[in-house]
Amino acid sequence: MENIWEYRDLIFIKGGLLTIQVGLGSLVIATIFGLLGAWAKLTTNFLLNWLAMGYTTIIRGIPDLVLMLIIFFEGQIFLNFAGEWTGLWTYVEISPLTAGIGTIGFIMGAYYTETFRGAFLSIPNGQIEAGIACGMSRPLIFRRIIWPQLVRYALPSFTNNWLVQLKTTALVSVIGLQDIVYNANSIGRKLREPFTFLFAALLFYLVLTAVSEIVLRSMEKKYSAGVRRV
Amino acid sequence: MSQANATLVVEDIHKSFGAVEVLKGISLTAQKGDVVSILGSSGSGKSTFLRCINLLETPNSGIVSVNGEVIEMRSGSNGQPMPVSRKQVERLRTRLAMVFQSFNLWSHMTVLQNVIEAPIHVLGISKAEATEQAKALLDKVGILERMDYYPAHLSGGQQQRAAIARALAMNPDVMLFDEPTSALDPELVGEVLKVMRDLADEGRTMLVVTHEMSFARDVSNKVMFLHQGRVEEEGDPQQMFSAPKTERFKGFLANTRD
Repeated sequence: MENIWEYRDLIFIKGGLLTIQVGLGSLVIATIFGLLGAWAKLTTNFLLNWLAMGYTTIIRGIPDLVLMLIIFFEGQIFLNFAGEWTGLWTYVEISPLTAGIGTIGFIMGAYYTETFRGAFLSIPNGQIEAGIACGMSRPLIFRRIIWPQLVRYALPSFTNNWLVQLKTTALVSVIGLQDIVYNANSIGRKLREPFTFLFAALLFYLVLTAVSEIVLRSMEKKYSAGVRRV
Repeated sequence: MSQANATLVVEDIHKSFGAVEVLKGISLTAQKGDVVSILGSSGSGKSTFLRCINLLETPNSGIVSVNGEVIEMRSGSNGQPMPVSRKQVERLRTRLAMVFQSFNLWSHMTVLQNVIEAPIHVLGISKAEATEQAKALLDKVGILERMDYYPAHLSGGQQQRAAIARALAMNPDVMLFDEPTSALDPELVGEVLKVMRDLADEGRTMLVVTHEMSFARDVSNKVMFLHQGRVEEEGDPQQMFSAPKTERFKGFLANTRD
């Protein structure tokens, strides 16, 4: 146990902060991809429907680990190839942190796409028609009528996705990022106390997920005004 | 009175859904203070007709004009007509308030918030003024004491009265009622009809798609009977109800005695 205390900086501060950083960073990106994906699926534009369909089908059908490796290694090559071909940029190197955040965001975005699409479909169409009939503009209808209800209907599934996403961040160790799992595992092995160190990492995740649930639950409560509980 | 100063003129509306032609050329003129009941069996196109007036459905052809202002239409990229200016449509929609069969109150807002929403964000009225006006309207429809309730906690009749207050808050020139009592339990129909009668007495211009024969007969000053997308018979309610001219309207009345 005293070993954990000795290595607390490396595990909890450096590794833990990296995990939180990747988690929150990729959450922002996944939410943006999810909203765009849901919009693309719901619009009447055939090309956009098709693109979004391809995105969710392919991304949700491949293991995260495989995608992570493909996007990090091949993505870099592809980006440089595209730069050379278009002449727009010369050599770029993506840092593992950017790649990790981007990749997890991109992967999870496919799941959030379905979350937001389902939430949108839960809003009764009549409420949107009522807005139209009052002379509301489309942006106003989105802001005042769709968005607050979209959040409410999306939150349960959003919470679920986020908990999965937070744990998915452990995959960044395969592209060389030293997150809490990586550090706990390597120090634990070195000191021949793998269980103790991994247990500490486990507790760290449990605290994060518990805090997340408390925050998201209270948001759910706030956005559920007007919902009748039977 | 001529068409020139009519509050609402609708000319020769055609509407198809795919290959099915739902409206085959329907016209209507409403002067200020007219209460027009639109009758017809289900599938006759009466709701679609009402929805074509505020462009919730885009008619394939025909003209709608509100207070003498024609809604400009043009041919869209897919050959279907579409409005020239969305802004014009949005502005004219504020003159045409609609009350729906299923109320369609915004469920995340209280009754009061529902009523002040569009006046504040569409008409640009101050919150204080909108609230004061909303309270007066809610009092008028008899649900002032429920103003802080969410729609889910109200009965159907209360929700519909709130929806009428929401429509009134726009101070519209024409009110469109799309089967306002059809989703209500029988014992709640009366309270909504009473509010509608009061509005008619006030001189509100109203178009009412309804199955309430007594309302059509006693309150409206004009009745339109649609059958398969055409006007089968129209005119003065007293005359039409006492001496229907067409066999179809005669048959319709026989089947819907109330």
